[in-house]
Amino acid sequence: MMDRPAPRKFGFETRMVHAGHVPDAETGSRAVPIHQTTSYVFDSADQAAQLFELKQYGNIYTRISNPTTAVLEERLASLEGATGALAVASGMAAQFVALMTLLSPGDEVVASSHLYGGTVTQFKQTFLKLSLKVTLVDPHDEAAWERAITPKTRALYGETIGNPRGSILDLEKLAALARAHNIPLIIDNTFATPYLCRPIEHGATIVLHSATKFIGGHGNAIGGVILDSGNFDFSRFPSIAAPSPSYHNLRFFDTFGHYGFLMKARAETVRDVGACISPMNSFLLLQGLETLSLRMDRHVSNAQHIARYLEQNQQVAWVAYAGLPSHRDHALAQKYLPKGPGAVFSFGLKGEGGQVREDGKRFIEALELFSHLANVGDVRSLVIHPASTTHQQLTEEELAACGVGPEMIRLSVGLENVEDLLWDLDQAFHALSHSTRA
Amino acid sequence: MGSGSGVSCAVTLNTSLTPEQRARYQDVAQINQLLDSARTIALVGLSSDRQKASYFVAGYLKDEGYRIVPVNPKADTILGEKVYSDVASIPFPIDLIDIFRPPQDVDEIVNQAISRKEKGIDSPALWMQLRIINLPAAERALAAGLTVIVDKCVKMEHGRYRGGLHYAGMNTEIISARKRRR
Repeated sequence: MMDRPAPRKFGFETRMVHAGHVPDAETGSRAVPIHQTTSYVFDSADQAAQLFELKQYGNIYTRISNPTTAVLEERLASLEGATGALAVASGMAAQFVALMTLLSPGDEVVASSHLYGGTVTQFKQTFLKLSLKVTLVDPHDEAAWERAITPKTRALYGETIGNPRGSILDLEKLAALARAHNIPLIIDNTFATPYLCRPIEHGATIVLHSATKFIGGHGNAIGGVILDSGNFDFSRFPSIAAPSPSYHNLRFFDTFGHYGFLMKARAETVRDVGACISPMNSFLLLQGLETLSLRMDRHVSNAQHIARYLEQNQQVAWVAYAGLPSHRDHALAQKYLPKGPGAVFSFGLKGEGGQVREDGKRFIEALELFSHLANVGDVRSLVIHPASTTHQQLTEEELAACGVGPEMIRLSVGLENVEDLLWDLDQAFHALSHSTRA
Repeated sequence: MGSGSGVSCAVTLNTSLTPEQRARYQDVAQINQLLDSARTIALVGLSSDRQKASYFVAGYLKDEGYRIVPVNPKADTILGEKVYSDVASIPFPIDLIDIFRPPQDVDEIVNQAISRKEKGIDSPALWMQLRIINLPAAERALAAGLTVIVDKCVKMEHGRYRGGLHYAGMNTEIISARKRRR
């Protein structure tokens, strides 16, 4: 007789379609059911009380938890190698909820300056109203991170693949710095997805996603996710360790151990802030997630082709894709993103000032297949000219300061036939060089 | 495996034990068998403070239908149950001893468990809660023929295999295409 094979740790693709969903005993539904309900009938008055005291696991109200959303949460936790997850209304909500759970007025965060513009606005404007300070530093300048840390610093923050120049964060160096200061490292892994990079494996404490992007992947639902490695000792971290006045002085880390941060984020922050995800959106994001690896392979391969094409184009001044050997973070990309550094990147048209700003507009208007809109991570290829849209109110000087020049065009490369995408770019460049200039 | 689902994925998260130690002290089939077969659970070091982890675990287990037996030298009644001062003085058979005491206190608890077995009272399994690790004591209990689980939480494991933990968004590491059994 052969020995029974040992239990197996299933691979990424298997967990992508199975994790978090065991067909239920009643119906056996194979697809994840959409629990479109606000609330859940209690078993008994005693059980209701136990649920409200967090002494029993179970559902009370969809603002706090929902069975469809729980599948999305557990599946992403499995894929990121996290101890658990909390899905919320959007990527912006994920950031806000994670940091509201960790921070108290007067606290500080040190963050990479290469962030999504919306994140910078949240950190600089909204957080200011809450007496929270975020110091932005050049992600490549190790000494700058260290210098910016003060006794009030409660977290380090960055994006695996940064905006707008596709810079790659040196996760292990930052994790070591965070560990040395006993603070968590929070990583926004939106552009990479857990298929291309799993920051927890490189020492990150908390991982965030705008699931709206590649996780959902089809541009049809907005959602965000907070994941905890469960590896951080919060016993001396005031906001998680201290007694909670809203739960009879419950100490979340004492009582829930490695689930403490997430339990507090769910039962206090999301409960009070109300930034919950809709069950329908959880379902749509799950539907996307089931093909994540297949889509990401194609996204990356198309992006790599297009980046190479652009780099050789005479009308292009620069291409900022870490998959190219010319990018300053190419080596970091090979280390942390060996399957490829995603499919969102920017390039610059040749030219200067007002002329190149006009060229950018004309280039985008000439494209047939790239959709001109403000999103990334869709199956369809997307394009935007920041200087004439998201950043149009800025002067040339202000644009330069935030690294968004008038020549910059950002692409999110989709799943179309790559030859068709190259044709589209080609004909738009042709239109640019053959249009009459003023 | 009772009402839980099939489990084929090894549970690996959040323990400070090595893979070899996990295989020895955190066997998934053994944990499930214990959760299924145990009826009476002694909780050593159960606090009377409503917000302590041990109180959460005891209340949960009582709700889930287990008979709980508080062991604490400083209390009379916890969660409506009579409290015993140590494991040796529990006058009826127990199936599982859930330990909420520091590692150095585990030696004496194991002594008393082994003595119960030698006297033919019962043969209780020993379970050291998260981060309570005393491997020499665990080995003595194993040598005496007792089941031992180390560095796991009974509530979390029950929640994991009976579905409730999943609703809190946690990674149960259960992967199965089979219909969940009732």
